[in-house]
Amino acid sequence: MKVSVQAQDFDAGAEIRALSRDPKVGAVASFIGVVREVAMTLEHYPGMTERALQRIVVEASARWQVMDCTVIHRTGTLLPTDQIVLVAVASAHRGDAFAACEFIMDYLKTQAPFWKKEAAGWVEARASDDRSAERWK
Amino acid sequence: MKVKVLFFAALREQLGTAGEEIELPSGVGTLAALRSHLRGRGGAWELALADGKLIRMAVNQDMAQPSAAIKAGDEVAFFPPVTGG
Repeated sequence: MKVSVQAQDFDAGAEIRALSRDPKVGAVASFIGVVREVAMTLEHYPGMTERALQRIVVEASARWQVMDCTVIHRTGTLLPTDQIVLVAVASAHRGDAFAACEFIMDYLKTQAPFWKKEAAGWVEARASDDRSAERWK
Repeated sequence: MKVKVLFFAALREQLGTAGEEIELPSGVGTLAALRSHLRGRGGAWELALADGKLIRMAVNQDMAQPSAAIKAGDEVAFFPPVTGG
């Protein structure tokens, strides 16, 4: 399990390949979040961020068969088309990989202390993100 | 009883500070009570921490409910709902 909060970009292909080296892995599901339309700066709460992401990964592993998992979230200034976040989950079968990947993203959106700021101001949290996280309860 | 209080994102800007060590008056033993105590400073504090404002809180880097207890040496944080991902 790998959790990283970093300013630098990531190589999603390399990260995904790294999750499929174990011959018992039969599925790797991944999600990449990308900056849409306007530049932004991402602030976070150092220490708590890593801790919150670890907890989310542990929770996903308790619910589904997760053989390995990588979560990378960038901070700092990001431009349109830049990658923001990668969640990739390896499992024996696709059902667990898909579900765990979506769960981790939904929880990350509501539990991990990141905040986006655009030129127009701080991005408001969306009620739809809360609803997405609620459905896993 | 001293605690470290941190503020992030819009709240940090509104309050003009990223955080401070504060000595809690007796009777301030929960997050809700601390919020109310800080609101009592008036001005930007009263506005930013007003009852209607959605604010998330953490104790020692774990999300916590307003009823959560705080004790000496804790790291407490106040911040807007998160918007990562």
